[in-house]
Formats: sequence, structure tokens, C-alpha cells
Amino acid sequence: MSHLIEARGLTKRFGDFTAVDGIDFTVEPGESFGFLGPNGAGKTSTMRMIGAVSPITAGSLTVLGLDPMKQGPQLRSRLGVVPQEDNLDPDLTIDDNLMMYGRYFDLPRSALRGRIDELLDFLQLTEKRKERVDSLSGGMKRRLTIARGLINEPDLLILDEPTTGLDPQARHILWDRLYRLKQQGVTLIITTHYMDEAEQLCDRLVVMDKAKIVAEGSPVSLISEHAPREVVEVRFRPGVLDGIADVIETLAPRTEILADRALLYTDDAEKTVAGIGAAGLEPETILARRSSLEDVFLRLTGRTLVE
Amino acid sequence: MTTPLSLRVFESEARLYRNIWRSSIASSFLNPILYLAAMGVGLGSLVDTNLPGGIDGVSYLTFLAPGLLVATAMQTGAAEGAWKVMAGLKWTKTYHAKLSTPIGVPSLVFGHMLWSGARVLMVSIVFAMVMVAFRVAPVSESLVALGPAFLVGLAMAAATTAFTARVQDPAALPLYFRFVVIPMFLFSGTFFPISQLPDWLQPVALLTPMYHGVEMSRAVVVGVSPAVAPWISITYLLAWIAAGTLLAIRPFRKRLTP
Ligand SMILES: Nc1ncnc2c1ncn2[C@@H]1O[C@H](COP(=O)(O)OP(=O)(O)OP(=O)(O)O)[C@@H](O)[C@H]1O
Ligand SMILES: [Mg+2]
Repeated sequence: MSHLIEARGLTKRFGDFTAVDGIDFTVEPGESFGFLGPNGAGKTSTMRMIGAVSPITAGSLTVLGLDPMKQGPQLRSRLGVVPQEDNLDPDLTIDDNLMMYGRYFDLPRSALRGRIDELLDFLQLTEKRKERVDSLSGGMKRRLTIARGLINEPDLLILDEPTTGLDPQARHILWDRLYRLKQQGVTLIITTHYMDEAEQLCDRLVVMDKAKIVAEGSPVSLISEHAPREVVEVRFRPGVLDGIADVIETLAPRTEILADRALLYTDDAEKTVAGIGAAGLEPETILARRSSLEDVFLRLTGRTLVE
Repeated sequence: MTTPLSLRVFESEARLYRNIWRSSIASSFLNPILYLAAMGVGLGSLVDTNLPGGIDGVSYLTFLAPGLLVATAMQTGAAEGAWKVMAGLKWTKTYHAKLSTPIGVPSLVFGHMLWSGARVLMVSIVFAMVMVAFRVAPVSESLVALGPAFLVGLAMAAATTAFTARVQDPAALPLYFRFVVIPMFLFSGTFFPISQLPDWLQPVALLTPMYHGVEMSRAVVVGVSPAVAPWISITYLLAWIAAGTLLAIRPFRKRLTP
């Protein structure tokens, strides 16, 4: 025991379609744990099983020491959930949304008032508290959903794509708040298909693809394990790449040829760039950068994460 | 002491209603006033002139009012079971939000039924007050007439909830009102006795929950005995309420906790 979440052979099937295919993972208290994967990988299905709103098909799952299938209400009273799709009450004000949600946990109104003040302050929504939800921006709705998920001081906060669809500024505000929660010791699980988000927020993560976990580790260890240190990205005019693919493949230990560009994985970017010139290639742009989780993902699945 | 889960659902519906209660109550008054004035008094004077003995020995207004009371409760129940449920499941998805708290599907359905009952009671009480104002019946009789209306409203709320939870396409709801609710409103004995219906339609009217409520409420107000023994009608309505509520749970589960 003492794992906050323990999943063994966790499986979810809808009819004969397998959305989650026998995955194993554990999450430790205080950790910030990520599920990185493309659309349809099975992230939400996994979150919903953890959140005790979707029965597991096979395998075993313990969350906070409880069985989500048998102790659902007890477990849910200790979870905070930020679903992928906002489901706030559009006709109510921010205040009323939080009060209403807090009452589902049977928290006394007097205690909730103080808690709501704190949360609105923390998520920078105090000025808008008397406004109806349908008048809020996407970023504010997301922040409100997070405030709502924190109303019961959960032992575990589940965030399903917390920043999808937000502009960069709104994403950064959210990241900052989530980072502070993490500092306060709240255990977070986060799904995302943004590498930068996973790198910023997750202590440890699993990469999911087609219902399976294909890799696991900290962002840094995943990168060092699955991708050489540096990448040289070269872009060519459309159509040019096909003809020179075999030349490019000789220029680095590992290469990926994509539609519009080639990625050359290397431990010495400078040398590789020099090699491109020496081979007589004339790319439109050359970019040398450090490897990222995106490269790990590409390596493991042969596909990019966000098309 | 912890609050029962279904009462927490009830409380949240009440909180939502707080925003609209004024206009909602106002229209609960306006509707019966308009109907009783137009159909009971206006159309009624025509009917009474042509039927000197009255229907069941009373004026058309007195005949109509208890029927309309039940019809109003019926429509309120149907509306709660339709729009509210479709919103919770599909439009605003607030039912999904409720389920990530300790609330589970059965408590959600029971809480929804409790609230629907409260709404039916509100409109019925307002209607009964209007009935008293129109001097159709004294306060005591109007109160007793509320009972059957309440049961019919709940029966329709339960049945409609079970229906709404099973349809994916919200376009089914207007059709449901056009082809089920409005015909029931018109042909279950509210405006004229079902003996006026063609023979083949009479058994259909007899099967509607509304008919049983109309018979009972009218019996109280007019002072006649109902065509069906009240214990049979009451049992029948309770069966509708129980069946509708139970039949709603499975599709709720399928949609909210797949
Ligand atoms: N209720 C359901 N019934 C049938 N299939 C479902 C259901 N829910 C999810 N699926 C399927 O299961 C697969 C995994 O879905 P899931 O929502 O878990 O993916 P995801 O990783 O969260 O994707 P996204 O990044 O798009 O949110 C998808 O192919 C989806 O269509
Ligand atoms: Mg998802």
C-alpha cells in the first residue's frame, strides 16, 4: 500500500472497443503525474475510472486506498475533478456555482463562504464573482472549474487537459496556479497533449498511445532514454525531401523524415549542421535545439503528438 | 448528521430556481387566470346556454377547473422531465458535474424527482388559489383536489424523465410534446367527458395517467363519484411514478457512467 493510486492491468472496454488496454502505473503522494498522449489514446477513460465515474472492465485499481467500484461516493468526496469539457452551470454566478458544488459535499454554508473567498483570490476571479458563468472567457471558466475542483480540499486533483483551447497567456496563468498547488503538496494528475505542459508540471509521466502505456519516467529521463541530446530540424521546399531522404539518413545516427521537414537526432548538433552543408543540401531553414518530449513521442510511436 | 444525497440535488435545483422564481410564479398565476377566463367563463357561458342541466349538473367553469388543474400539473411534470433532464445530460452537462461529487445516479434521479414534485406542487397550489378566486370551489375542496394533480404531475415527470434519458436527439422533445403531451392535455377529459370520444379512443384515454387525476379531482370539486374507484386510480398513478423513476436509472447510468 501507500501508493496514492495503484493500477494493475487496468482495462476499459466500450462494447468490443478497447479504450484502455491493461495499463500499470502507480502515483505517489505529493507527486504531479502526467498522462501524455494524442487524441483517443485513452487518457480521459483512465481519468474517469480513477474518478469513480466509470466502472473498470478488468484489472485492479486502488485510489487513496479505496476501491472506486465499491466505495465510489466515499472516494469522490476526497477527489477534485477538472473534466476535459467544462460543465459549469451557465445560468449561475461564479459564487453560486462554487456554493452549489460545495453543498454536494455537504460542506456547511458558513465554511464554504470562507473557502470560496480563498479560492477566488487564489485563481484571480474575485472581481468577477457576481458574474454569470456564460459571460466568462474560456480561461476564466477553466480557472473556475479548478476552483470548483478544490472546494472540498481534495487529496487528489484530477485535471483532464486543463489548458486545451486556451491562449498562451491564459495557459501560463493556469500553469502558475497549478505549480503553486503542487508546491502546497497537492497530488495532481494531469492529462495533456502538450509536451511543454508535461515538462513544466509533471514530476513523472506516462506516454499513452492506442490504449497502452508506451513509456514511463520523468520528463528528463524519458528524453535522455529515448532521444539523443540534440535535434537538428531542417525544412525543405515541398517535394524536395522525397528525393534526398537517403542522403539525410546518412547524416545522423537517427533521423525522422516528416512531410515538410526532417529531424536529425544527434549528440553534436554543430557537427551535424556542418555535415548538411558538406553534403550539398540546401534546406530553407535549419534549427538546432535540445530534444523534447515531442521527439520521445515521435520515436516511440512514429507520429507527432499534435498534428 | 449528513444531508441525504438526493436532498443535496434538490437543494441545487432550488438554488437555480431562485434566479427565476418571480417570473415563474407570475406565469403560474397568469396561465390559469387566462384559461379559466377564456374557456371557463367565455366559452362556458355558451356551453351553459346550450346545456341547461350543465355537465354533471354543474356549470362548465366548475366542470373545467379541476380538469385544468390536473392538466397544468401534468404539463409541469412533463416540462421538468424534458428540458431539465436534456440540459443536465447533454446541453450544460451539469449532471456530469454532480456525479464527480459523492452523488450517484440513483440519488441524482431521486433528487430530480423530489424537485419535480416541488414544482408540480407550486403550480398546483397557485392554480387552486385561482380556482378559489373564481369561486369554483371552497378552499378545503381545492386543497383535496390538489392531491390527484400532484400524483399526475409526478407520474408525468417520471415517465418523461425516463423518455428523455433514452433519446439522444433533443429534437425528439418537441415531437414528444406535440404528439403525446398536448393530445393528452386535450383528450383526457379536461375539456369534455371522454364519453364524447370515438369508441376506439376511449380505452386510450383511460390509460393516460391524466384521466385518472381528472376524474378524482373533479369528483371532489363537483361532488360526484369518479368513474374509476379512487384506490385503483391512485395505485395506477403510483405505479407510473415508480416505474418511470426506476426506468430512468438505467439510461442515466449508461450516459453518465459508461
Ligand atoms: N462512452 C464511450 N463509448 C464508446 N467509446 C468511447 C467512449 N468514451 C470513449 N470512447 C473511445 O475510447 C477511445 C479513448 O477515448 P478517450 O476519451 O479516453 O481518449 P483521450 O486520450 O482522452 O483523447 P482526447 O485527447 O481526444 O481527449 C476513443 O477512441 C473514444 O472514441
Ligand atoms: Mg480526453
